[in-house]
Amino acid sequence: METFATIVPLVVFIPLGGMIINMIFGRQLGEKGVGAVASVAAASAFGVAALLFFALSRFGYEAAVINPPVLTSWISIPSANIEIPWQFRVDTLSVTMMLVITGVGTLIHIYAIGYMHGDSRFVRFFMYLNLFLAFMLVLVSANNYLMTFVGWEGVGLCSFLLIGFWFDRKRGDGWKNSNAARKAFIVNRVGDFGFLMAIFMTFWTFGTLDYYKPGEPVHAAEAAITETAVAPVAEGGTSGEGGTSSEGGHSTTAYAGPKGIFGQAEDMLREGRTIRFGNTDVPIRVVLTLIVLFLLIGVTGKSAQIPLFIWLPDAMAGPTPVSALIHAATMVTSGLFLMTRSSVFLAAAPAATFVITVVGAGTAIFAGFVALGQWDIKKVLAYSTVSQLGFMVAAVGLGAYSAAYFHLITHAFFKALLFLGSGSVIHAVEHGHEHAHAHGHDEAGAHDPSLAHDDHTAEHALHAIADDIGAHGDPSILHDDATHADAAHAGGQHTATNTPIPETAEHEAVFDAQDMRNMGGLRHRMPITFWTYLIGTLALAGIFPLSGFWSKDEIIGAALRSGFTNGELKGFIAFVLLLLAAFFTAFYMWRQIRYVFLGTARTEAAENAPESVNLMTIPLIVLAGLAILGGLLNIPLGISVGAVVLVVAIFAAVVFLLALRSQRRTISGGMLGFQLLIGVIVVGVAFAFGNSVEGLTLWLEHSVGATMNLGPFNPLLAIIALVVAVGGILLAERIYGRLNPLTRKGRDPLEARADTRPAFALANAKGYTDAIYGALIEQPYNRASKWLADRLDWDFWHNWFHERVIFRGFNNAANFLGEPVDRQGIDRLFLLPSRAIRWASGRLRGLQTGYVRTYTFTMLVGVLLVIFLILFPLLRQLIGG
Amino acid sequence: MGNPSIPIEYFVILSAVLFVMGVLGVLVRRNAIMIFMSVELMLNAANLALVAFSRQWGDVSGHLFVFFVMTVAAAEVAVGLALIVAIFRQKQSIDIDELHQMQG
Repeated sequence: METFATIVPLVVFIPLGGMIINMIFGRQLGEKGVGAVASVAAASAFGVAALLFFALSRFGYEAAVINPPVLTSWISIPSANIEIPWQFRVDTLSVTMMLVITGVGTLIHIYAIGYMHGDSRFVRFFMYLNLFLAFMLVLVSANNYLMTFVGWEGVGLCSFLLIGFWFDRKRGDGWKNSNAARKAFIVNRVGDFGFLMAIFMTFWTFGTLDYYKPGEPVHAAEAAITETAVAPVAEGGTSGEGGTSSEGGHSTTAYAGPKGIFGQAEDMLREGRTIRFGNTDVPIRVVLTLIVLFLLIGVTGKSAQIPLFIWLPDAMAGPTPVSALIHAATMVTSGLFLMTRSSVFLAAAPAATFVITVVGAGTAIFAGFVALGQWDIKKVLAYSTVSQLGFMVAAVGLGAYSAAYFHLITHAFFKALLFLGSGSVIHAVEHGHEHAHAHGHDEAGAHDPSLAHDDHTAEHALHAIADDIGAHGDPSILHDDATHADAAHAGGQHTATNTPIPETAEHEAVFDAQDMRNMGGLRHRMPITFWTYLIGTLALAGIFPLSGFWSKDEIIGAALRSGFTNGELKGFIAFVLLLLAAFFTAFYMWRQIRYVFLGTARTEAAENAPESVNLMTIPLIVLAGLAILGGLLNIPLGISVGAVVLVVAIFAAVVFLLALRSQRRTISGGMLGFQLLIGVIVVGVAFAFGNSVEGLTLWLEHSVGATMNLGPFNPLLAIIALVVAVGGILLAERIYGRLNPLTRKGRDPLEARADTRPAFALANAKGYTDAIYGALIEQPYNRASKWLADRLDWDFWHNWFHERVIFRGFNNAANFLGEPVDRQGIDRLFLLPSRAIRWASGRLRGLQTGYVRTYTFTMLVGVLLVIFLILFPLLRQLIGG
Repeated sequence: MGNPSIPIEYFVILSAVLFVMGVLGVLVRRNAIMIFMSVELMLNAANLALVAFSRQWGDVSGHLFVFFVMTVAAAEVAVGLALIVAIFRQKQSIDIDELHQMQG
């Protein structure tokens, strides 16, 4: 296993390599090439993850810690005993995440080739997507909190870049997008503060950040053997005793080597140690509770829980593949991953898990309620995602990690499906809108100048699209498709594909292709999208044979068991709230189906909406298959994962054939087919060798200690859950089905009725969260920053301190030194001799007359004087005698 | 020694008179050539005194000295006249009072 797991760095470096190739050669490759490179990178990462999956199964689920070829000692300060390497941890938990991320990611990459077609920043989009994959895989594969944090921040960055991807759209859309991106980034920074605090406390407490040291066994393995998984503290004790006493001849003797944070935490809990913070000794249990609560703050940011969920609905401003990949399937689940990874801490902090459960369940019901009143097709899905994440967080709080993960995986399938379906719908409605309003122009046909231009820039692209479009037999689609990706939405932001006629742009100013009131009756226009969307809806609502039923049932079962069997308060709360949230889920999803696909078309755009291209519908079909079959992963009837893998393999083969048939001559078709073929071979080979593939719960127990024992399948609970879901759908059908005369500006039936109007208004206004946050945080913050800027910075700092104290003070000092001291004092002193000399020389110069006579006379006088002086003694002798 | 008929005082007085004439000439005349001649007069007055005392004491050093003085005077005349010519070319005049630009 150890040697096999050494391939794990590839899972990070392949997407990174894809990004670098696109960065360097993107312009030369053309759209299809760029898409193919990015998709192949994602699919290859999936292949690596699949190999790791089978290696784990084959070699007895033995977790491995791998040093990558670079940065093996990333932060190393030997004198301070700080050693933080970049290590990969390969265990069932991280491999599960890798499979979800790369699997769903690959499908969304393929979908995005179609969706982003014609965008002016096509290359950049795929670079971001690959970079996101790389960071997400860093996050899940890390072996310490700091590398997890690196991935955590990296995906946050990619999320920011991709939400604001269309920041330059016209008519204020660009501002909306970039504001949404900033909102996501800032709200997440609040959560990151919590995560950082948890990291600091962890380091202070344990002196390391490694989850597990290389070679250290996971206690979960023993927990699985000793069947004491329900009570984690007792489990810690049992395993400790197991080390000292009997437990037999096999390898469960106490591990004596260095331990990571979780092993140390278990030891400390057993010993009842205290940790010194400043002057106080804090019991380890309290420390762990604090760490978990700080982690929870991080999780509420990244996984969009109360109170930090507000960024996720706005994040739908990004391109739809981004919404599907980052904001539904992968990044938002990293909070779940973090808490599951920290399960040892959670198990020791019952108070914190209570908070987690309440936060999760509260989020589930609140977001479910808000989704009832939304008009925007993607906003409904966004609140639905928040709600489902609430389910998962509640499950984690209840200790049912496998249930949370089960729901995470199935949710990744069907929510990605729903988002991609909504993208397909939006795409088609925009399309139909263009078609309806630019009719005469498009009839002119295939030799449109913009088309010709497109032909220049991406030659293969048109071949491929032509293949795809051929089935529709409508030449105008070709043009529409070329202009669509951004032009239809934003009125032509890039010059190559500007909108045909000016009045189209005017119409678009008031047309919102995401508003469900503008849709209706799309069932017949886009059958593939409709059927896959319906499957996703039923899976999300939790209808019997589909995946959502099994996973949601497990979470509600866990709440029931926690409440009624173990007598915990959080179980009761979660059970009631989650059941209600499940009802809301079914209700709002059926409302959406009613609005979008059933009934009659309410706008010309909806009447003319065409089905999307194969590149977009194939991922929908694959995801629909996964949404149907995902339940097999962990259904309580004991069917092994192997069966699922086999089904998926067959499915992949079918898709491969489909792809081969439709895109035989295109690069991406070949690449896609090749990748899928490789996937099938890998799956087949591995299946032949993987002797025992277990269900998800048992599978996760190899890396997560203390997961809740869910007990046998509870038919009564299943029936209750099913009744609730069906009840929600039937109620929605009753309200939205018969009273169908919805018009474009019409009111929701709930809005029309007096008794439900306040509730609808509350949901439509998103529970006034934006208003409340605005009043409580945004405005005080703005006022504070305005005060700081005007009063403190400008008035005090600039005007007073800089202008008066520094500037004028300096001037005064300089003036004083310059005028009285330098000029009056020093200058005068030194000018004095020179003035004296000047004065004296002024007097003396009069002697120099220039007349030779004068000089001669002077000389004569001098000579006479000398003679006189010489002769004077003689004369005196003569006189005096 | 020599002819005692003329006493030394006569020579000295003549020499002094000549010298004073030369000095006055230098001081009062404005013509450069006249000044020059006055200078020559002073030199010759000195020569006369030297020769007179040389004869008085019978010592040829005085004669020797006079020869030197005459040689130097000749050289001085050469230089001086050249200067005067140069001044005349510059000023079209040899009035020494016109050369008083070099004043303070």
